[in-house]
Amino acid sequence: MATYLIKRFFAMIVTLWLIITLTFFLMHALPGSPFNDERNTSEAVQKNLIAHFNLDQPVSVQYIEYLKSIVQFDFGPSIKKSSQTVNDLLGRGFPVSFELGMVTLVVAIISGILLGIVAALKHNGVIDYLAMTIAVLGISVPNFVLATMLIQQVAVNWELLPVATWKSWKHMVLPTLALATGPMAIIARLTRSSMLEVLTQDYILTAKAKGLTPFKIVFKHALKNALLPVVTVLGALAAGILTGTFVIEKIFAIPGMGKYFVDSINNRDYPVIMGTTIFYSALLIFLLFLVDVAYGILDPRIKLHKKEGR
Amino acid sequence: MEAPKQQDTSFTQPNILDEWFVPKKPNKDEAEAVVRPSVSYWKDAWYRLLKNKLAMIGLVSLILLVLMAAFGPIIAPDSAETTVLQNQNQPPSSEHWFGTDELGRDVFIRTWEGARISLFVGVMAALIDFIIGVAYGGIAGYKGGRTDHYMMRFVEILYGLPYLLVVILISVVLKPGLFSIIIALSITGWVGMARMVRGQVLQIKNYEFVLASQTFGTKTSRIIRKNLLPNTMGPIIVQMTLTVPSAIFAEAFLSFLGIGIQPPFASWGSMANDALPVILSGDWWRLFFPAFFISLTMFSFNVLGDGLQDALDPKLRR
Repeated sequence: MATYLIKRFFAMIVTLWLIITLTFFLMHALPGSPFNDERNTSEAVQKNLIAHFNLDQPVSVQYIEYLKSIVQFDFGPSIKKSSQTVNDLLGRGFPVSFELGMVTLVVAIISGILLGIVAALKHNGVIDYLAMTIAVLGISVPNFVLATMLIQQVAVNWELLPVATWKSWKHMVLPTLALATGPMAIIARLTRSSMLEVLTQDYILTAKAKGLTPFKIVFKHALKNALLPVVTVLGALAAGILTGTFVIEKIFAIPGMGKYFVDSINNRDYPVIMGTTIFYSALLIFLLFLVDVAYGILDPRIKLHKKEGR
Repeated sequence: MEAPKQQDTSFTQPNILDEWFVPKKPNKDEAEAVVRPSVSYWKDAWYRLLKNKLAMIGLVSLILLVLMAAFGPIIAPDSAETTVLQNQNQPPSSEHWFGTDELGRDVFIRTWEGARISLFVGVMAALIDFIIGVAYGGIAGYKGGRTDHYMMRFVEILYGLPYLLVVILISVVLKPGLFSIIIALSITGWVGMARMVRGQVLQIKNYEFVLASQTFGTKTSRIIRKNLLPNTMGPIIVQMTLTVPSAIFAEAFLSFLGIGIQPPFASWGSMANDALPVILSGDWWRLFFPAFFISLTMFSFNVLGDGLQDALDPKLRR
């Protein structure tokens, strides 16, 4: 276990380094300087700016400097919004995005698992088909489409919930719904198929023979094993939700990290794009790592230190 | 006392007459005839796919979508590039079937022109994934050992990169446009295919027919092409069918963020993005049609992929 964790940890560092390097050189390969815009700045000011952002030094030096500052969790200044650093933006936006993401993840997991269980228990029944239709639709309808449809129907036509911003629980309902539907559908399908498999096994028969209530059989005995496949996709789902927040925050005008990220893309504010990408990647890679470890702990049959793929 | 009784019953000869038996005349045609037609793997899969209603719905709507993408702009009553300012933001009518946008352009025509781009992006991404992924995974799986180890380490690292973030990053750097999107989608997209193919090849390469081929001195490239790949075609096709909707989604996502297809070209994603400011004023058709067709396309590819997965799984073959 320990050797596996160490190995996995180093793989994580390498992936992160790759992301940082890729991001850095991609941004530097761009033609023109970030100060070549419509603003008329004198030559002296330009020179000062370039010196201020270390852009007069060779790329290799800049790269080392950037690596150093990243290690210290300093993502650098924003070029377009002077007097702000990427860290400021992260500090302001991330809590909001985190809240949205966590609520979404919890809603998606709970509703997805419940939907999957119901579908499996009523296999080939009306509820099963209904649940799976919802699941297929959930996978097929992109979250930004769902979000705009929800705004139009629920917020504009019926005036039930506020359209945008992020103030009370009422503001959270629509964005969460729009974001959670896709992951929910994936979880529901996985839960259903693995639940169907588990329910045919002997120990479930034993549990029935012991006279346990169906509730106990499902939640105490079957679900434990049926959830393993769900755990494996959690990392990817979290990634999906995280990137999903970009558009959802844009649509609902939520002042989160995603909105700053999209703004920075449209403004071509490279340090912010770089910083946010690296921050998000680190988060995702760490999440994937956690999921792998959790999987190893949950399923005792899997030996983490075993060499794979031979 | 009991034995004779037993003898009585067991030794009673039934009255069998010789005329009951008629020798069968030999019939050459019948002797050689195969009673049931032999069903190849692909035929069998096709029959099973035909029985899957949901997958058939997907297949039929895909065919319709492709036909409409090809001929939709031609059958529309309006011509493609006219921007008549008097026709701004009109709801669907007999003249403009899907209404018009804020420049007076016909949404029906733009929807099908968007379909061309969305479908093209999806299919191209799937094809590039196929070419790179199959070559990479095939070589890694077949060579095995150290080659496989290092090739897969590289894949693992790429696999850890968040897909959409990389796509966004590359789209920002490249000049936005159709080919940048396809490049961005393919740069890490082939990794899943490579992993899958490698796993399959690892399994199949130990079968006897591969050994037989090797004993004849067949070249590696030929073994991969002729022995290994045809036997992994099923999972590869499924993977490709499921790659298309995710590529279409990614394209729509990029265009929605404004870093995908650039005007004057339209894709479903960019049309949805353009429609965002006007939905509050009730111009529902601007959003509804592109959104509906993105969803329909993704739905069709997803159910078709699911159906193919069941149909091509040899374990489910009867």
